Amino acid sequence: MILQVMRTGWMNLKRDRAALILSFVVPIVFFSIFAGIFASRASRTPKVTLAIADEDGSERSRRLIAALKSEKALRVVEVDKEKRPLNAASAETYVKAGDAPAAIVIPKGFGTSKITFGPSSNAARPKFLIIADTSDPVAAQVANGLLQKTVMTSMPDMMMNAGVDAVDQYSGGLTEQQKKTLQSNFKTFQEWGEMGGGGANAEASAIDIQLVDILGETKKAPMVAFYAAGIGVMFMLFTASNAGGALLEEHESGTLDRILSTRVTLNSLLVGKLVYLWTLGIVQLLVMFTWGAVVFKLELLKHFDGFVIMAVATGLACSAFGLLLAAVSRTRAQLSALSTLTVLTLSALGGSMVPRFLMPESMQKAGLALFNTWAIEGFTRVFWREEPLQALIVPVAVLVGTGLVFFAIAMRLTRRFEIT
Amino acid sequence: MRSIFLDVSAPIQINNVVKSFNGRRALDGASLELRQSEVLGLLGPNGAGKSTLVRTIMGRVAPEAGDVLIFDRVAKPGDNAAREHVGFVPQEIALYPLLTVRENLIVFGGYQGLKGSTLHEAIEAALKWSALADRAGDVTKTLSGGMKRRLNMAAGVLHRPRILLLDEPTVGVDPQSRERIYAMIETLRSDGVSMIYTTHYMEEAERLCDRVAVIDHGRVIAVGTKAELVRSTIGEKVEVVMVEKVPTLESVFLHLTGRELRE
Repeated sequence: MILQVMRTGWMNLKRDRAALILSFVVPIVFFSIFAGIFASRASRTPKVTLAIADEDGSERSRRLIAALKSEKALRVVEVDKEKRPLNAASAETYVKAGDAPAAIVIPKGFGTSKITFGPSSNAARPKFLIIADTSDPVAAQVANGLLQKTVMTSMPDMMMNAGVDAVDQYSGGLTEQQKKTLQSNFKTFQEWGEMGGGGANAEASAIDIQLVDILGETKKAPMVAFYAAGIGVMFMLFTASNAGGALLEEHESGTLDRILSTRVTLNSLLVGKLVYLWTLGIVQLLVMFTWGAVVFKLELLKHFDGFVIMAVATGLACSAFGLLLAAVSRTRAQLSALSTLTVLTLSALGGSMVPRFLMPESMQKAGLALFNTWAIEGFTRVFWREEPLQALIVPVAVLVGTGLVFFAIAMRLTRRFEIT
Repeated sequence: MRSIFLDVSAPIQINNVVKSFNGRRALDGASLELRQSEVLGLLGPNGAGKSTLVRTIMGRVAPEAGDVLIFDRVAKPGDNAAREHVGFVPQEIALYPLLTVRENLIVFGGYQGLKGSTLHEAIEAALKWSALADRAGDVTKTLSGGMKRRLNMAAGVLHRPRILLLDEPTVGVDPQSRERIYAMIETLRSDGVSMIYTTHYMEEAERLCDRVAVIDHGRVIAVGTKAELVRSTIGEKVEVVMVEKVPTLESVFLHLTGRELRE
């Protein structure tokens, strides 16, 4: 009898394609996405884009940059988008625009200053500035650690010089002969450094491994604005695809036939549904962000204009996507399986579940082809980077364009409902 | 221009309509006329072409040949303006189950272009006609099968159509609800509404219909009053021979279409 019950269950599952997809295809897709994200991180060092503004322009600063460039964990950028060398101001703009998660500004005087030790030494130290976008909490730590490490290991002559000065100051003074001997040996240290003594070595690799731990520790960082967008867009997609299913329910129940027998045409019905889903999505985002403002101090009122623009554009794309899924599906059960698969996949690749900076570069690039990536990017520009409204032109254009294309395809596919 | 209300032309004229699905003829030159203020029963075995014919009249099926005229106007598929005086009650309970009775009527009245006081009056009249006034606030999915059927009919007459197509409106209801539905149809008949009534129940057709059209293999194979059909198929002599069993419409139907299962 137990076998008979099992057999009945299997026979029903075989006939239910939606249940089959949910049982086997969705887990495989998700396994692949998350394996793609995390396996690549474990197998090789993730690169952090680091912008460097060399305000010093000395031979020593150039040596430091060369050493940083040799670090496997870094991808060093020295020029802005117009190929002009970065300075402190343009490096800040570069980071603010999200082109790099961190920038180092090498201060003027670094090349001529000495490293000093002791209680009165701070004023004489070169003061580096690290400009960080902490939405990627790892990048700032990497930049800070590797800068310190590189200065210590790639410039042994500088360290030696500083050490000699300290000995001279605190030991009662070196003889002229001792100073001459030490000066003659500085060249050897300098050459050792240039040969790679302080570049990418085993020690640097050890630091890279620690980075993964740092990522785990920084997950509790208060980044409400950053994650509100991701979660908001994901649930907007779920709502739209679910509400879009009303069209299939109407078809299955015969209600659609009845509606289309009245004065309502299929086109006006679809436009009505689109506007309804669009409005629903905007209200949904407004409720979520208002909750974020009240409970988590999200600065909604400060950025309300940007929020409205992004909510309207995102709402259009998501509602058209919901209708498209309904138009592609033949039954409500099919839609359920399809929407679960596509919405979760889009959300995973678009950055709703895992921040995109954690993904492999190829996956990050692929994500740019998804409309929800641009929705999250737009909200991030508004709330996180606090960029001017002009910065929303590209995300809004992508979302509106995608929405219109989705709707046009949905209208084409739903013509099957019109007249037999 | 003649007023439609003085029109003595046939409300519906169907001429040699042909329609195939996947190479199979669903309608094979079907012709039919609905007369002014009559109830025309449409009988036929499953798969005979009844629903396709009704859907063709409603413009939901595009015929390959032939045409449908509504008050002498050719009504092409999708031409909803030509069908403004036609109401449709589908076989399915085509309602929104989560909405209340009144909300459903508001929705379908709105789809028919009614609004304001006109819509309000139409809803009140439909609630009274369907005996659902005291259930107007109830959620539709909580109604009994008979109530849902009545609401299904009420949603089809809100715009006060002069022609009503009813596709098996009494399927699955108890005798009491069926009686109520018959009374609703009688009211429409007395108001001068012309109706095409699709059913499998012969006694229903006998009771309600002025004439009956029998459709099989996509063709209208017989049309007439019960007496005319009996005379033309079984013959008048049979009435004399069959002393203990008067020919019923069912016997006429089986005589015309045979006893072979169609599905």
